[in-house]
Amino acid sequence: MASLGELERAVMDLLWAGQEAATANKLRDLLAQDSAATDGIAGHQGKDLAVTTVLTVLSRLEKKGLVERERGTRPHRYQAVSSRADHTADLMHEALGSAPDREAVLARFIGSVSESEAATLRKLLGKN
Amino acid sequence: MFWTSYFLAVLALVLAWPVPVLLSRAEWPARAPFMAMVLWQAIALAGGLSMIGAMLVYGLEPIGDNLIAGLRSLAGMVLHNEPTTALGFWHLFALSAAALLSAHLVFTLLLTYVKIERQRRRHRELLALLASPSDDGPGTVVINHESPVAYCLPGGARSVTVLSDGLMAALEPAELRAVLIHENAHLSQRHDLLLWAFAAWRQALPWFPTTRLAQVAVNSLIEMLADDVALRTESKGTLIKAIAIVASGSARPVERFGPPGTSERDSSPEDSSLSGTGGADSPRTTASRVSRLLSPKPPLPAAQRALVLAASAMLLAVPTGLLIVPGFLG
Repeated sequence: MASLGELERAVMDLLWAGQEAATANKLRDLLAQDSAATDGIAGHQGKDLAVTTVLTVLSRLEKKGLVERERGTRPHRYQAVSSRADHTADLMHEALGSAPDREAVLARFIGSVSESEAATLRKLLGKN
Repeated sequence: MFWTSYFLAVLALVLAWPVPVLLSRAEWPARAPFMAMVLWQAIALAGGLSMIGAMLVYGLEPIGDNLIAGLRSLAGMVLHNEPTTALGFWHLFALSAAALLSAHLVFTLLLTYVKIERQRRRHRELLALLASPSDDGPGTVVINHESPVAYCLPGGARSVTVLSDGLMAALEPAELRAVLIHENAHLSQRHDLLLWAFAAWRQALPWFPTTRLAQVAVNSLIEMLADDVALRTESKGTLIKAIAIVASGSARPVERFGPPGTSERDSSPEDSSLSGTGGADSPRTTASRVSRLLSPKPPLPAAQRALVLAASAMLLAVPTGLLIVPGFLG
């Protein structure tokens, strides 16, 4: 059985790639297809992947605020809250932005650099 | 007792303003970053201790010859309802202020920890979905982004170093190695603890020059310490080039996809500060790092290192001694 982390990743990949909301059943089928297509040996996600497992993964993702459920329809249809590029941009904002209360969250190789300083450094690079 | 409180108040004032201003302007910290780091920690601890100590000693003056006797009488008043008539308004005021300040400092430290941990957990969750493992060993992941970015997310055994595609494309293998060694130095030297403590210190007393200057200095010193580790195995030229490439690339603001407020994280007001680029603090860090590498000065002589160490020890010993020793002598 694949770990929940791997499954979360696989489910998000499907939701980010797909245009519209999908049900847990549909996602289970897509996951089974994927693992059958990639390799037979490690195809642990194959047919034995239960819909309830997919639902568990989806509810975990929902708690993390990454996935939302369409209300009113049954079975529930799930979709990503925001795009992959959006989330990446969020991460990069945290990594590059320099709001004072974020300073301690991570240690960057380079802190934020002013445009003039960057120009000086570019000149320096040109000389090397 | 009386003079002790005045002396501690003066010490607190000196440590809150002139000393940090002078230290932040000094040029020797770049020659002995570790010693400078020790000194900053001593200044912060001694500053906090003498601030609280001064108020405590002043407030307890009428009811005890020394701090310990005073605290014992105070405990009697609080626990056994003994008369408090010996304490005037200003004494009670000072005691309350000491208690409030202590609670405020401890609370801010804990709150900052919780906040930082929450942001790190969220960041780690997203990385688990967005980043792919890299060939550069466990704990290193690559994220798909064109800006050259490298950073580490501390978290004990789950610490992770993040590199961007843009960075991998821009750097030669040796430069990439220098970046990785630099980031791993942050993790192995537990710089996250320093960042946490000084972020909390500033958060708790934002209007004190010392807390801002200390945080800026500590941010800069940990970079120098990590650079020094990278220099043990990689050449100076390699490291300078890596810094220059990353810095010149990361000045571009990040494109934001979609309107702000689309993700759940944006709903809290403090997050709006995320969109602001270029804090007032960091730019000098990169400049001072590069100039330190370009025109290196010899490390501080052993005698002066010992002096800094002795000064740090004194800073901690004097307020502690003034507060505790009279109690044992009397």
